[in-house]
Amino acid sequence: MKRSHWSIPYVVFLTIFVVLPLVLVLVYAFQDGNGHFTIANITKFFTDSDALGTFAVSIEVAIENTLICILLGYPAAWILSNKELNRSAVTIILFIMPMWINALMRTLATAELFNMFGITLGKGTLLFGMVYDYLPFMIYPIYNVLNKMDKSYSEAAQDLGATPWEVFWKVTVPLSMPGVSSGILMVFMPTVSTFAISEFLTNNKIKLFGTIIQENINSSMWNYGAALALIMLIIIGITTLFSDDQKETAQGGLI
Amino acid sequence: MAGEHIIDLKHVSKRFGDKVVLDDISLYIRKGEFVTLLGPSGCGKTTTLRMISGFLAPDEGEILLDGKDISSIPPYKRPFNTVFQRYALFPHLDVYDNIAFGLKLRKTPEDEIEKRVKKVLKLVSMSDYEDRDVESLSGGQQQRVAIARALVNQPKILLLDEPLAALDLKMRKDMQIELKEMHRELGITFIYVTHDQEEALTLSDTIVVMNEGKIQQIGTPTDIYNEPVNCFVADFIGESNILKGRMLRDRRVAFIKHEFDCVDEGFGEDVPVDVVVRPEDIYFTTDPAKCQFKATVGSCTFKGVHYEMWVDTDTGYELMIQDYDPYPVGSEVMLYIDPDDIQVMRKERTCNVFEGKMVDETHVAMLGAEFGCLPQAGLSAGDDVSVEVRFEAVDLQDHQEDGIVAGEVHFLLYKGDHYHLTILTEDGDHIWVDTNDIWDKGDLVGVNIAPADLKIEKRNEA
Repeated sequence: MKRSHWSIPYVVFLTIFVVLPLVLVLVYAFQDGNGHFTIANITKFFTDSDALGTFAVSIEVAIENTLICILLGYPAAWILSNKELNRSAVTIILFIMPMWINALMRTLATAELFNMFGITLGKGTLLFGMVYDYLPFMIYPIYNVLNKMDKSYSEAAQDLGATPWEVFWKVTVPLSMPGVSSGILMVFMPTVSTFAISEFLTNNKIKLFGTIIQENINSSMWNYGAALALIMLIIIGITTLFSDDQKETAQGGLI
Repeated sequence: MAGEHIIDLKHVSKRFGDKVVLDDISLYIRKGEFVTLLGPSGCGKTTTLRMISGFLAPDEGEILLDGKDISSIPPYKRPFNTVFQRYALFPHLDVYDNIAFGLKLRKTPEDEIEKRVKKVLKLVSMSDYEDRDVESLSGGQQQRVAIARALVNQPKILLLDEPLAALDLKMRKDMQIELKEMHRELGITFIYVTHDQEEALTLSDTIVVMNEGKIQQIGTPTDIYNEPVNCFVADFIGESNILKGRMLRDRRVAFIKHEFDCVDEGFGEDVPVDVVVRPEDIYFTTDPAKCQFKATVGSCTFKGVHYEMWVDTDTGYELMIQDYDPYPVGSEVMLYIDPDDIQVMRKERTCNVFEGKMVDETHVAMLGAEFGCLPQAGLSAGDDVSVEVRFEAVDLQDHQEDGIVAGEVHFLLYKGDHYHLTILTEDGDHIWVDTNDIWDKGDLVGVNIAPADLKIEKRNEA
């Protein structure tokens, strides 16, 4: 058997579970209820102010969530990677552990906590839930880059007269950008498409883009739902391209 | 060469955990000097450099700059710059910004930065490379940028941590000459760390030979080469024949079972010594009147400039000789050595001395184990004793389990007709051994000593 044959199972898998669904989304997006070709689904989105509004809110929430995750995650990753501050691997596992538990369960539990303490559900609780869910995805790639970073760079900078503060801003931060962009990719994209968090943590008071896709599909509006999914895919695709500009992303190491 | 001291190390010690990496080092460096710290890996040379640059603090002792203690000054405030072994150029900056890094931190005006960067690039012959990405440069070019990045700040001292180790031989030779020229041109102090003795001899005004955290010898390259103070230095610097000898009286020494005139005095009469003869200092002669001893050529290898020959003397010793002319293998040759070329060294030790404690009449505890000994009259269990063991009485076994104590061959020296080994035990004790068997550095061995070979004496509490 030729070595190239080994890839057959994967090709089959990808065809059935990735390519085919994508083709279906594409086909449905450009069909009306009777199976005729149309671009009405797409134009409907761009004229539907509700949908556009939801879209804007989704992007806004995703940007806010990503920013908060960077602000909280970067220092955390830095502390974790600093051997003088953190000598134990246990701390790292504690930070990563939430990733082991189903996000839906964590979200439900968070909602219960808010109920218990009588906190009104809204944008604040939404962001809290999102940050709670996605923070590890920001910390881990940054931690990875910082952990592998050659200590000699920071020593060279000190040797050239940089104070610890200057070493951080002029060497550590620029050299850890690949990790940050991996983190952004892993936090921003899923936040745009999530619907469970907004459902549980705002009782659907705040609708996200994922929510309206889900609503359309749930009420059997397959074609419009598919069109929205396609638009979201394109947007996510664009952000991916944008982060791929920094070709070191691969070095950043997603996992 | 009297100049004022720029750096003084006073009784500096450093430990990492239990391991003593620097043991009471004292050293001064004069202004404008090219000083090389030379030694095998793990000898403490890099640790010393890192203490001067400020990345490590000494556990004991102090480091003075121009007479003032700098222990509490962080690295970024010290007026030194370092060329790192792996260069550590910032990959996110181009050549120009790498070099300008230090100047920008000091808020130097832009036009001044440009002038100085251009000047230093010219010094390292890297003009026109300003805009290049550092990762696109070859090893040699990165090296030059690293030197430029350090020199542009006009440091009081330039520290170089094995800067040429990653370059190939030809490039290394070229860079050595350039470094030497830079040192002369700039007049600043260079502190250079290397394990390459040839590099040290070529570059330095002063060489500090280090081993196992201790300074072995400080001197000019010619001093160190011609007058090594001990076997380690003689063996580490250049090729040498190190032989057991006996100082008969002033200016007369015996080794390889022949007597020679020498220039050394003051050892006393009939004292065991070590003798070093460099292989290029043994001369061939056809004049029977000059001949001091005869030998048979055992092997002859062409080494480019000279031939390297191993000869067997008529008294059963093997010597290495370097000469411009080859002599056929198997031929009988007549040899002599000039009195000037015989370097006599006091023996560091003539036998092993261990501290131990009596367990019972026929057992002594030492080196972390129990050794059997002959019945000792007048000693009772619990007595502190010192145990002498001759070098040749130590028996080495191939397998660690076969010995009373397990160890590793740490250092070895060929002494013409036998090997002198240093065994490092698992507890960190040293055992010195003379043997005819061939061992390699790093071999794991078991150590046995026969009961009759333990010479035990009660230790006086002092």
